[in-house]
Amino acid sequence: MNLFKISWANLKDKPLSSFLSGLLMTLGITIISLLLLLNKQLDEQFSRNVKGIDMVLGAKGSPLQLILSSIYQIDSPTGNIPLEDAERLTRNPMIKTAIPLSMGDSYKTFRIVGTNKKYVDHFEATVGQGTLFSKDLEVTIGARVAETTGLKLGDTFAGSHGLDGNGEEHGETKYKVVGIFNPSNSVIDQLILTPLSSVWAIHEHHEEHEGEEHEGEAHTDEDHDHEAPREITSMLVKFRNPMGMMVARGINDNSKLLAALPAIEINRLFDLLGIGVDTLRGLAVAIMLIAGISVFVSLYNSLKERKYEMALMLSMGAGRTQLFGMLLLEGLTLSLIGFILGLVFSRIGLLLFSMRAERNFHYSLNNLNILPEEWLVLGVAVLIGIVAAALPALGVYRMNISQTLAEE
Amino acid sequence: MLQSHQLTFSYAPTKRFAFPDIRCNDREAVLILGKSGTGKTTLLHLLALLLRPENGSVTIDQTDLTQLPPAQTATFRAAHVGIIYQKPHFVSALSVMDNLLLANYLAKNPQDKNRARELAAHLGFAEHLNKKTHQMSQGEQQRVSIARAVMNKPGVILADEPTSSLDDVNCARVVALLREQSEQIGASLIVVTHDQRLKDEFSNQVIL
Repeated sequence: MNLFKISWANLKDKPLSSFLSGLLMTLGITIISLLLLLNKQLDEQFSRNVKGIDMVLGAKGSPLQLILSSIYQIDSPTGNIPLEDAERLTRNPMIKTAIPLSMGDSYKTFRIVGTNKKYVDHFEATVGQGTLFSKDLEVTIGARVAETTGLKLGDTFAGSHGLDGNGEEHGETKYKVVGIFNPSNSVIDQLILTPLSSVWAIHEHHEEHEGEEHEGEAHTDEDHDHEAPREITSMLVKFRNPMGMMVARGINDNSKLLAALPAIEINRLFDLLGIGVDTLRGLAVAIMLIAGISVFVSLYNSLKERKYEMALMLSMGAGRTQLFGMLLLEGLTLSLIGFILGLVFSRIGLLLFSMRAERNFHYSLNNLNILPEEWLVLGVAVLIGIVAAALPALGVYRMNISQTLAEE
Repeated sequence: MLQSHQLTFSYAPTKRFAFPDIRCNDREAVLILGKSGTGKTTLLHLLALLLRPENGSVTIDQTDLTQLPPAQTATFRAAHVGIIYQKPHFVSALSVMDNLLLANYLAKNPQDKNRARELAAHLGFAEHLNKKTHQMSQGEQQRVSIARAVMNKPGVILADEPTSSLDDVNCARVVALLREQSEQIGASLIVVTHDQRLKDEFSNQVIL
């Protein structure tokens, strides 16, 4: 027998109102935690992949689309650009590195990206098994690609046209897996990398066999004849210094290409998302406050009924502070239960969200550690629980024992 | 032993009570009889120091309660006085057993489950120990409150109308148990009532 046991018994004695208060608290904390987790992990994923890329050069279109497709590999590419033009524009003293990317094919929804070693170095990815691609039709695959598709060193496969996995297979020419990257937690995990020239080779080959059937499709080397300039999808550019921004303006004003600045576009994207996140966060705080009010109301009501009990315990030697503490414990217990369940449910929510994101975008969000901000949420929840319980519980200090006992 | 001397109390200047002196030795019982409105409950609360008297003193086992600072009265009361109320009230969320142990806990005594079981067996509610109190009959509940009042083996047992809501059979049983229990622990028993059925049970009587 102790105060905690009495508090707990009191909560159990009113299961419905305790359940309601606990449920509201849990819901509020779940939403806040989930938002914190999503925000942090999206932020991490976005900034990890954007690091060191100052500009993306591609075909005219939406700059956000260009960035989503070229850096994060989650949107369709804007179109192709002549390699020659891209190289000419990036032959500029302001520009430190320029990494060409060529995409358009996929294998089991994983994108096959033609590029060079600089791309791998940029993400600091390391080859775990085998070697890096060097010749045409050799590929090195990301860790998640290997895990999901079951491709092993030495396996061969045919890429299919398009990025959604429903395209026609390039049946005759097969890629060969020569290496598998270690997990790098970057976009490379979900890519199949091959030399730039593979992509050209595949499509030249393809064209020879299939003739003109694919005219008009978003094809990596659409419209080309054999002497046509070679094309790429985009180029990831790093500036030597911030003055490089001027290059971007020049390209957008004076060429047929588009130069998009990830920092600006991603900020714009987060601003758009931010409105939704702020609204949800406000909603979650409101739910937590309602949870507090619910604790207040149910304690207030039960205290009216339990007034005699309180007087009885006081007459049996309980201190007023002791009883006050016991009532606070009831609010506190609900807060803590809400916090723990909220943490659990927000993680379950994140895993569900992650499963969807993984299926659709091959991104996974699975860092389930407790965030520092969540301790703050705990503080707020505890405060709400204590204040909500303290307001009615203060009545214990004003109680006239004799009068209360004599009333009935 | 309990002794009161020239106790007076007033709720308002026009509603003033002056009580006769009461003396009750260990193992003795005193019946205080009075109609409603004569201040029976007030007197009982004064004796338990739930109310502070205007004048006069209450002495339990050589300690003058009116001289104790307020913080110590609760501790003293918990250790030396067992109170039985007119309607049996309990902490409704707790089981019968826990309500008995609560008396030990609040008096800061070790929680004596064996004593609770013995009392329950003796007072005839052993099979109800794990029930909630509101699942029992009035007579059973009143027997539980007797057990609760003697859990700490107090020197004084105060009973406020312990039988008024009981039928004759339960009334006789409760009175017999009250006397038996207080004698067993050597306590002074003071019963305040308007219940005329108790008149013949007590030789020491005070009429208000």
